[in-house]
Amino acid sequence: MKTCPDYIVQYMNDYLDGDLEPSEERVLKENLATCQDCQQIYHELTKTIAFVRSASQIEAPKGFAEATMRKLPKQNQRSGAQRWFKQHPLLTAAAIFFVMMSAALFTDFNDDQQFSFTKQPNVIVEGNTVIVPEGEVVTGDIKVRNGDLRVDGELHGNVTVVNGQYMASSGVITGEVEEIDQVFEWLWYSIKNGFKDAASIFSNEEALVND
Amino acid sequence: MDALVNKRIAQVIKGDQNAFVEIVELYQHRLYQICYRMLGNKHEAEDIAQEAFMRAYVNLHTFDQNRKFSTWLYRIATNLCIDRIRKKKPDYHLDAEVRGAEGLNMYSSIANDDQLPEDELVKMEVQERVQYEISRLPDKYRAAIVLKYIEELPLAEISEILDLPLGTVKTRIHRGREALRKQLSNL
Repeated sequence: MKTCPDYIVQYMNDYLDGDLEPSEERVLKENLATCQDCQQIYHELTKTIAFVRSASQIEAPKGFAEATMRKLPKQNQRSGAQRWFKQHPLLTAAAIFFVMMSAALFTDFNDDQQFSFTKQPNVIVEGNTVIVPEGEVVTGDIKVRNGDLRVDGELHGNVTVVNGQYMASSGVITGEVEEIDQVFEWLWYSIKNGFKDAASIFSNEEALVND
Repeated sequence: MDALVNKRIAQVIKGDQNAFVEIVELYQHRLYQICYRMLGNKHEAEDIAQEAFMRAYVNLHTFDQNRKFSTWLYRIATNLCIDRIRKKKPDYHLDAEVRGAEGLNMYSSIANDDQLPEDELVKMEVQERVQYEISRLPDKYRAAIVLKYIEELPLAEISEILDLPLGTVKTRIHRGREALRKQLSNL
């Protein structure tokens, strides 16, 4: 029944893809003008395309995006924490500082549950009491931990008593006297000293520069 | 749009999972539609579209940002759809053995690879009929026809999505069109 050459159908397809050369297009048009079968095929093809194109645009069901996000592999905890650290460098630094600071302070405090004192010549010890005897002169600071201090002689320096008592007596102290009894006071004292140390480092540096 | 997408991609690669939601929202409808037209089933389409997004997410670092993201995404999805269609095929062989028994139920539940009776076709609504005819196409023609006439994508992009030479894509579209024409000759 069909007498037209096969390339006519090929031409139709190329034409529908917008790929047909003008010369070939002329051939196709002449053919369609004379051949009813080819006209029929061409008509059916365009109808087919229109038919497929009539398919309505379909949307993803509601909640699709949320459901998809829930299905994504979870980032593991570690990388999550790492990301947080990366995003908050300042807070991270501060957190690390506080953790290490408090650890250091508490170990300091706990290590120091034992009786100890700054060694100075001329000082005698009775039990847990450090005594600067009458008539003796001690030059320098004295720090006593977990014990008491009694000054009967002369002390040229500061006194610090941690978890103990400074017993007032007839002695002479030229420096400051400080008694520390509690953990928080101890913390405060350590922090203050830390800053003092830091400050003294800076002032030393300044001094060096000035020299 | 590509600039925005690439920005989000960079964020996701850096580890910001939430940046991916915008990518999903941007492409969900088109991706779902491709899957639905390929598979002809809403549940499967949702399943495969999600799988495609998941694979895109996991392999995002391999995506070349000089290329078009949608092309890459559609390629993942069409490959998954074709895999799914092919995996279903053994069912037909099983089915052939039990044909005549309760096989009839099974047959109709799987897919519409063979022709429904004329009076059934007449009762179908247009939208239903379109989907039915598309689903009767062999899967390699189906992908090309869906991308060309439902997504209205240029041939060059279809060739990239299907990873086929342009000439092959044209042939598939021609054959798909021809097959559809014959299927629809009674319309």
